[in-house]
Amino acid sequence: MSDKDLEKLEQEWKENKFDKTVNRFGQRKEEFKSDSGRTIKPLYTPLDTEDIDYEEKVNYPGQYPFTRGVYPTMYRSKLWTMRQYAGFGNAKETNERFRYLLEQGQTGLSVAFDLPTQIGYDSNHPLARGEVGKVGVAIDTLADMEVLFDQIPLDEVSTSMTINSPASILLAMYKVVAEKQGVSSEKLAGTIQNDILKEYIARGTYIYPPEPSLRIITDIFDYCSKEMPRWNTISISGYHIREAGSNAVQELAFTIADGIEYVQAAVDIGMDVDDFAPRLSFFFNAQMDLFEEIAKFRAARRLWAEIMEERFNAKKDKSKMLRFHTQTAGSALTAQQPMNNIMRVTLQALSAVLGGTQSLHTNSYDEALGLPTEDSVKIALRTQQILAHETGAADTIDPMAGSHYVEKMTDELVEEAREYIEKIDDLGGMAKAIESGYVQREIQESAYQTQKKIENKEKVVVGVNEFTEEESKKAENLLKVDPEVEKQQIEGLSKVKEKRNDKQVKQTLKSVREAAQSDKNLMYPIVEAVKAYATIGEISDVLREEFGEYEGQYI
Amino acid sequence: MDKKIKVLIAKPGLDGHDRGAKVIARGLKEAGMEVVYTGLRQTPEQIVRSAVQEDVDVIGLSILSGAHTHLFPEIMKRLKEAGRDDIPVIAGGIIPEDDHQELRELGIKAVFEPGTPISKIVEFIEDEV
Amino acid sequence: MTKSVDRLYAEIKKGNENSIARAISMVEDGTKNALELMKKVYNNVDSAYMVGISGPPGSGKSTLTQRIVQLWREKDLKIGIIAIDPTSHFSGGALLGDRIRMNEIATDKGVFIRSMATRGSLGGLNSSIYDTVLIFSLAGFDYIIIETVGVGQNEIDIVKLADTTIFVTVPEAGDEIQAYKAGLMEVGDIFVVNKADRPKSHQMVLTIEQLVSFKEGKDVWQPPVLSTNALKNEGIADINEWINKHHEYLKEKNLMQANRKNVIRTQMINLMEKDLHEKFIKPILNDEKFEEFIESVYRKDKDPYTAVKKLLSFD
Repeated sequence: MSDKDLEKLEQEWKENKFDKTVNRFGQRKEEFKSDSGRTIKPLYTPLDTEDIDYEEKVNYPGQYPFTRGVYPTMYRSKLWTMRQYAGFGNAKETNERFRYLLEQGQTGLSVAFDLPTQIGYDSNHPLARGEVGKVGVAIDTLADMEVLFDQIPLDEVSTSMTINSPASILLAMYKVVAEKQGVSSEKLAGTIQNDILKEYIARGTYIYPPEPSLRIITDIFDYCSKEMPRWNTISISGYHIREAGSNAVQELAFTIADGIEYVQAAVDIGMDVDDFAPRLSFFFNAQMDLFEEIAKFRAARRLWAEIMEERFNAKKDKSKMLRFHTQTAGSALTAQQPMNNIMRVTLQALSAVLGGTQSLHTNSYDEALGLPTEDSVKIALRTQQILAHETGAADTIDPMAGSHYVEKMTDELVEEAREYIEKIDDLGGMAKAIESGYVQREIQESAYQTQKKIENKEKVVVGVNEFTEEESKKAENLLKVDPEVEKQQIEGLSKVKEKRNDKQVKQTLKSVREAAQSDKNLMYPIVEAVKAYATIGEISDVLREEFGEYEGQYI
Repeated sequence: MDKKIKVLIAKPGLDGHDRGAKVIARGLKEAGMEVVYTGLRQTPEQIVRSAVQEDVDVIGLSILSGAHTHLFPEIMKRLKEAGRDDIPVIAGGIIPEDDHQELRELGIKAVFEPGTPISKIVEFIEDEV
Repeated sequence: MTKSVDRLYAEIKKGNENSIARAISMVEDGTKNALELMKKVYNNVDSAYMVGISGPPGSGKSTLTQRIVQLWREKDLKIGIIAIDPTSHFSGGALLGDRIRMNEIATDKGVFIRSMATRGSLGGLNSSIYDTVLIFSLAGFDYIIIETVGVGQNEIDIVKLADTTIFVTVPEAGDEIQAYKAGLMEVGDIFVVNKADRPKSHQMVLTIEQLVSFKEGKDVWQPPVLSTNALKNEGIADINEWINKHHEYLKEKNLMQANRKNVIRTQMINLMEKDLHEKFIKPILNDEKFEEFIESVYRKDKDPYTAVKKLLSFD
């Protein structure tokens, strides 16, 4: 059937069938639009995708531009890693949760650290009061890390650590713990988030200003290319940008733009892109618009591949492959009628699986109320297991390819994201764009518009602005962090300080300072400092003195 | 006469999630209020000092890290020491219902759960002031 | 003079923060007690030295302000900061975010920071600003910083109130330089190019030097163009030095008096315009006759000039 025939056919259908029916029954909304303002047509047909060249823009899994997946076999060979984010209280409690999750069938670890740890403060720091062990596990020294991974074979389990500003320190600790287990660094598989740009944009656990922060990141790229070749040095994140209120296009564009900035920073100091790019990874959000999310993941792969080739001249295929972790959107979950969240998470997870994610975290249904209990995190894990084994969603590669809707949207998302990236290029790159407040303003505007749409019911949230109930049942059995944790942690820290060799600590800290003042790779002296049981606070403070502190942003 | 309601929106502690605080700040501005937004990582001392110097009509605390159990009593204590415990304090974020009673006993006028519409907060503030 | 106003006056003089804050609120709200208080203040208080600072967003102006204040604090000087943001014409509300970048001085006992909205004052200059300057002066502050964001006409009007006016920019300002032509060049006493470690910083310094070089005459103040890196605390001492130099210059040339009289002139014009608006224009705006006149003009039954004459005629 030629295109002309199709056009005629569609025109006939529209006039004779569609318009007539609309005249009788109307449509549910005046306008059907995505969160990012894209019009959603009633119908997508071959006419919508006729200009999308399969070989050029879609191709086969494992082949440039990787739209259909980064590996040739994807889930046919190996399912995505089921990696639930966990951490609270002290290392012992978290270690127990880790081992529980592994027993229940989780296939990789993901560590949540408390805020003092994430911001380079020891548990006895005045600013740490009330925060120790609350949103993640408290780690002060190597001693805590040893307890955290007790009985967990680091040569068999891969670990993702959500740590940014002090990522160098936690990576060093992980390496040393592995060594003590007899596992050499080349075997270690895992990820550190290590994405400072999104901290300035959306997450807030920054310590140092942008320039020295980028230096630390490129030091890590370099160190790992030599010492830990299986380690993912960064998880360039869009999750938090989306959680902060951006729409899907912005999530995609700003994440890729962050990626461009990191690659450029490494290239600028003389690294060869193919030496470090294969170990870059990404982290996306899985929100509620099922098809837009699937298209977004596919668009991300294609966009990154094209950029790595066009802009950075990458030669290796591995340098162009966007591998990513996904987390289901926390901000889509509600405090009202929390059980509804189980269904939300299921559908969000489905989008990630149909989008070809490499690993997945599914939120627990009590997410809006507090930290997950053993029961609720188990349900979240079972959600992934049911998707994997009962639905057939993983049985063929990129099943949504060829859907006129999804292919068209994939293509549109790539174009829309490119527009943003161009604007950011005009501003001088992502670091400058963040400094000028451009990125934050875009996100805040989306966040505000979303709130308005919810309040005027243009956007329906079941249980919140529609289908509401008088909540008579209080949420039960929420996880509580033991208030004793802080005290115990501080006591534990004192004990470690008593036992360690002060002279060695002083010496190693001095080496860290010297490296900070020169252009020597910081990782090597940090590893030595960590071995001497220097604390996260002590090491971070040396860097604070040398690099200064980031001061926050005028909105 | 040009009386405006002045509100302090603060993020106590190390929690970096400011989407809610910023959306509320903007919502209050669009409702005609003057909003002093402090930014992240506010200590109780900084929050109270801001409230005093700006002579605000309401203090709004946003926190999602669970550290409210330590920080809120600190803030209320210092507010009293500064002689400004007449300023009503409201809170929002992730604050378990189990803790609400305690917070009310501390003197916190209201705790808003996630999903609370801006209009409800505006109404509450206008009634309080 | 009521006793409560007397008490308030005395407390401000002692430096009581609650009283200072309360007084500023009263002045902003325009209460009767505020009027009484300000009468006493104007009759008794000399203004402390005012430094105005503005610059486009992203120029690092707040960081710079913080650094200057920290320098002054080392000399044990007391500082008052008035941070001004625009009121939304649409909603009447405002977002006052200047405290965000001043965390380091936020708990310093010798620094008082007050955020203020323009509150729809005609132009940007709110009569409460100078009132607040005097309240701070009564409290014994040595320096008062008036700071705002942007380099438009409104912002220029605000910061030119000060004895020494400083404009901050960054090497990449580009288009903003166009704005530098009028207004700014005439008003600025000191120009600062911040983030001096950036490329093109030197070019920016030269560009601005060229733009201010039109000021001729041997007695005329030649504004310096300084380079700073506020984050690294570089160049701050220079700014302080030049503020002192400008202060000396004003004293030498007997300009302090003239300048302060100008401030008072502006304040009085402002108050008159406010008063006139309140007494004559506001009632008209609220009168339904006004709407009727608008209709007539729209229907071409009247022209606006005649209509206004009628509206303003006091019958």
